[in-house]
Amino acid sequence: MVQKLENLKESPSQTAGPYVHIGLTPNFSGITGVYDADLGTKMLGDAPKGERITITGRVLDGTGTPLRDALLEIWQADANGIYPGQDGADADVYGWGRCPTDMDDGTFRFETIKPGAVQNRDGTPMAPHITFWIVARGINLGLHTRMYFADETEANAADPVLKRIEHQVRVPTLMGQPQGNGTYLFDIHLQGPDETIFFDI
Amino acid sequence: MTDKTSGLFHRDRSWHPAALTPPYKTSIKRSPAAAPISMPSTLSEDTGPVFTRDILGPQDADLIHNFASEGQSAIGPRIIVYGRVLDETGRGVPNALVEVWQANAGGRYRHKKESYLAPLDPNFGGCGRVITDAHGNYEFRTIQPGPYPWPNGPNDWRPAHIHFSIFGASFGQRLITQMYFEDDPMIWQCPIVGTIPSREAIETLVAALDMRRTVPMDARAYKFDIVLRGVRQTMFENRMEGL
Ligand SMILES: [Fe+2]
Repeated sequence: MVQKLENLKESPSQTAGPYVHIGLTPNFSGITGVYDADLGTKMLGDAPKGERITITGRVLDGTGTPLRDALLEIWQADANGIYPGQDGADADVYGWGRCPTDMDDGTFRFETIKPGAVQNRDGTPMAPHITFWIVARGINLGLHTRMYFADETEANAADPVLKRIEHQVRVPTLMGQPQGNGTYLFDIHLQGPDETIFFDI
Repeated sequence: MTDKTSGLFHRDRSWHPAALTPPYKTSIKRSPAAAPISMPSTLSEDTGPVFTRDILGPQDADLIHNFASEGQSAIGPRIIVYGRVLDETGRGVPNALVEVWQANAGGRYRHKKESYLAPLDPNFGGCGRVITDAHGNYEFRTIQPGPYPWPNGPNDWRPAHIHFSIFGASFGQRLITQMYFEDDPMIWQCPIVGTIPSREAIETLVAALDMRRTVPMDARAYKFDIVLRGVRQTMFENRMEGL
């Protein structure tokens, strides 16, 4: 026998279910008067530095049908690659956004600024990217992925996370595609030939 | 912030539900088929939004009253749910945002896509939130939700439950789960509970009735601790409040 380790086990995940909006975006779901506003709807203060962008897309199931009951959260650095809470961060970049997919057409939309490159643990830069987390009915454990910017060809080619992906043919599933006017399209495929890469972090 | 961290403990995926769990039918077309790509956490997952108490309204942690008309209250068994948010090393997680949602005492949600014939309670909305104190403690008041039927198998019912969403200090700790109630026989018949591989893991989601924390002639108490992924070293102790 040896001494016991004192570690606890993480609480097991359960699906967010079909009514996740009641808890996380009650005003969106029609429950008004409890919270002033839904958290995460506004990602910027009055004068953020950097290029304004819009990220839009859908979450698609294995039949290609958009989920109309999903909820996404994103987390990103400011234009200098500094996260809120770190020294020198831009106070007008909140970094965090939350958006339910539209109940009719399944689209999501975030208004933010383009993040700068963030340092990897070993000091090398990671290409600009935004962390995504997706929950919905039928998803048992929230899915982590990243959106990179398809027009950052050089930085993406040098990115330490993208480089370690064995099936390079899947890397385009992580790319937000520029549509002009600062809009990036990022569809997330839960399943199928274009299945998005998800990370076990 | 001094970056002394070497990141998050890796997640024990055999303890969590798999993505594909056919008895829970909706998972079949919504589960990734490829293995997730393993990577050590980076700053992008080790950092996360900070929530401060100024976002909270006076009744956010009182679901009995926060949707009710003046002088009214929600119908159902009145309960206090309390506990701690901890990480895998056993440390309390301070300033964790805990958001909850649930059905009313009849098992009905206030949602336009909900079709169960049980009635809405005009005085019950179904959402609440609280931020943990310096030791990771939280507490809220609500009514005990009812079980409800759902379209899956021909006769599937959810056990009474409260949905929980928790933010720790890192975005990589993000967790959504559900709390069940001690001694509910419906727990062991539910295909969603059954997505969790082991009975031992399921039991960590069952809140214990605590008569010592009961408020006599008012509300019974249930204790529910939540464990988030561990963070190596002490990265977050110097975090500034940023959001
Ligand atoms: Fe539920």
